[in-house]
Amino acid sequence: MKVARAGWWFVAPALMVLAVFFFIPVLAAFAMSLTDFDLYALADYDNLRFVGFHNYVTLLTQPLFWKALGNTFYFVILGVPLSLGASLGAALLVNSKLARFKNVYRTIYFAPVVTTMVAVAVVWRYIFHTRYGFLNYVLGWFGIDPIDWMGDPHWSMPAIVILAIWKNFGYNMIILLAALQSIPEDLYEAARIDGASGWQLFRHVTLPGLAPVLLLVSILTMTGYFQLFAEPYVMTEGGPLQSTLSVLYFMYEEGFKWWSLGRASAVAFLLFVLMFAITLLQLRLARRQVNA
Amino acid sequence: MRKPVATFWVNAALLTGAIVTAFPLVWMISVSFMPTGAAGHYPPPMLPSEPTLDNYRQMFAKHSAGRYMFNSAFVATCVTLISLCFNTMAGYAFAKLRFRGREWLFRAMLGALVIPGQVAMIPLFALVKELGLVSSYGGVIVPAMASIFGIFLVRQYALSIPEDLLEAARIDGASEWRIFRSIVVPLLKPILITLGILTFLGTWNDFMWPLIVLSSQKLYTLPVALAGLSREYVQDNELMMAGAVITTVPVLVLFLALQRYYIAGILAGSVKG
Repeated sequence: MKVARAGWWFVAPALMVLAVFFFIPVLAAFAMSLTDFDLYALADYDNLRFVGFHNYVTLLTQPLFWKALGNTFYFVILGVPLSLGASLGAALLVNSKLARFKNVYRTIYFAPVVTTMVAVAVVWRYIFHTRYGFLNYVLGWFGIDPIDWMGDPHWSMPAIVILAIWKNFGYNMIILLAALQSIPEDLYEAARIDGASGWQLFRHVTLPGLAPVLLLVSILTMTGYFQLFAEPYVMTEGGPLQSTLSVLYFMYEEGFKWWSLGRASAVAFLLFVLMFAITLLQLRLARRQVNA
Repeated sequence: MRKPVATFWVNAALLTGAIVTAFPLVWMISVSFMPTGAAGHYPPPMLPSEPTLDNYRQMFAKHSAGRYMFNSAFVATCVTLISLCFNTMAGYAFAKLRFRGREWLFRAMLGALVIPGQVAMIPLFALVKELGLVSSYGGVIVPAMASIFGIFLVRQYALSIPEDLLEAARIDGASEWRIFRSIVVPLLKPILITLGILTFLGTWNDFMWPLIVLSSQKLYTLPVALAGLSREYVQDNELMMAGAVITTVPVLVLFLALQRYYIAGILAGSVKG
């Protein structure tokens, strides 16, 4: 078959690239996590030794790894609901029939999404500045004392969450906006005739209509937030007192500061397994809710 | 609520949201024109009292921002052109050219979308080092020459190409490559523009992998260089804002010019996925 042969030729370049630079490395990551791969092994593979699950044991008994894991969970648990709330609020406002200049607002709300993370982290580090930062200045209007955002371990992670919400809410807003527009107007009409209030309309028409898309964006946002790296790298270097050390930052330091590449692979693999498990859990919970 | 009152609140909330969202970017630009030290005052100054280009001059003359900008543009352009070519061919084939194992292969690829790129990063570094690509443009470009997301995006769009059109060309004796070049690619143009922008902006903004693989300073992309400078010049806010402007304004402008295509890409990529 000519077409079939052409098909193979057409997919071959992309598949080769993906196989060599993605699929094989993913499999190799697991293999590598079972070795003591380090700088010496990088120079000469003869120095490589198989160590079984030693890297995993070391990690799971290392307080710093648990700290990084805890920080990452904190970021995800605080950041994902707040981000989704902001996205939903923005989508409802932009979609409102009463709103004017919708396209202008949509563009402004979306702009942070396309900005460079490193650049806006630098900007926000300045906004969070204890003495000269704009945020503390605004808080001062309301009689709130200056907060040491980047220096107080209690506030460093919330600061990063604020940045993450600002940077990301426009993305989900666009997706939710499209979903809102696909809810049939008839449903609202029918509910209104039955005497439903604004809140009841939202609760019983809008939310059920958005449910599948909300599940999708919550999973996408969650997996994105588990990969926290550039924000702490630029704003806090993981500090103060390791309060913003994320799992990926930990992996980066293990791998490319201490060159324990075997252990870094184990970190990457654990993160992946964790993300995968939580995604499955979310899907299952969602399914149960639909059935109930 | 009566209508005029509700209208007022909805629009007031939208305006407040817009001010809060735009403020960091507007302030970034404003501070970048302030002389050194002017931003270190309380209350924070809104506009430069004596606007100056000194920070930009310093970024380009002393900190080789021009060089980093070239690196970013070069790497992003190469990745965009090469991956666009490979992804388009593969996406079209997955949609329209029937071959054995196609469905199976496509499903396996979709399944792999859940694997975060960072899992591959460490073995990838060892591989790239074996290939002698560490600290070269190739180290960033080569692994990014194809993407599952890109193939998927093109495939979804290519499904709508009418089969008759391709059959007619085949009967006329056109080769598959010729059909692809002169019939398929023109039809795919909108999605190619979309994918091109997504890829270009994604590569321009990428941080972790370039940070790992570009160890020599003269190859740094803008984000990598800015992250390094921002650790060194923590106090020099005005200079850092100029650096942030140089890094992020090019992509913002590109987005504003082509936002229709960009947003179409996000919707196609996530709602159908």
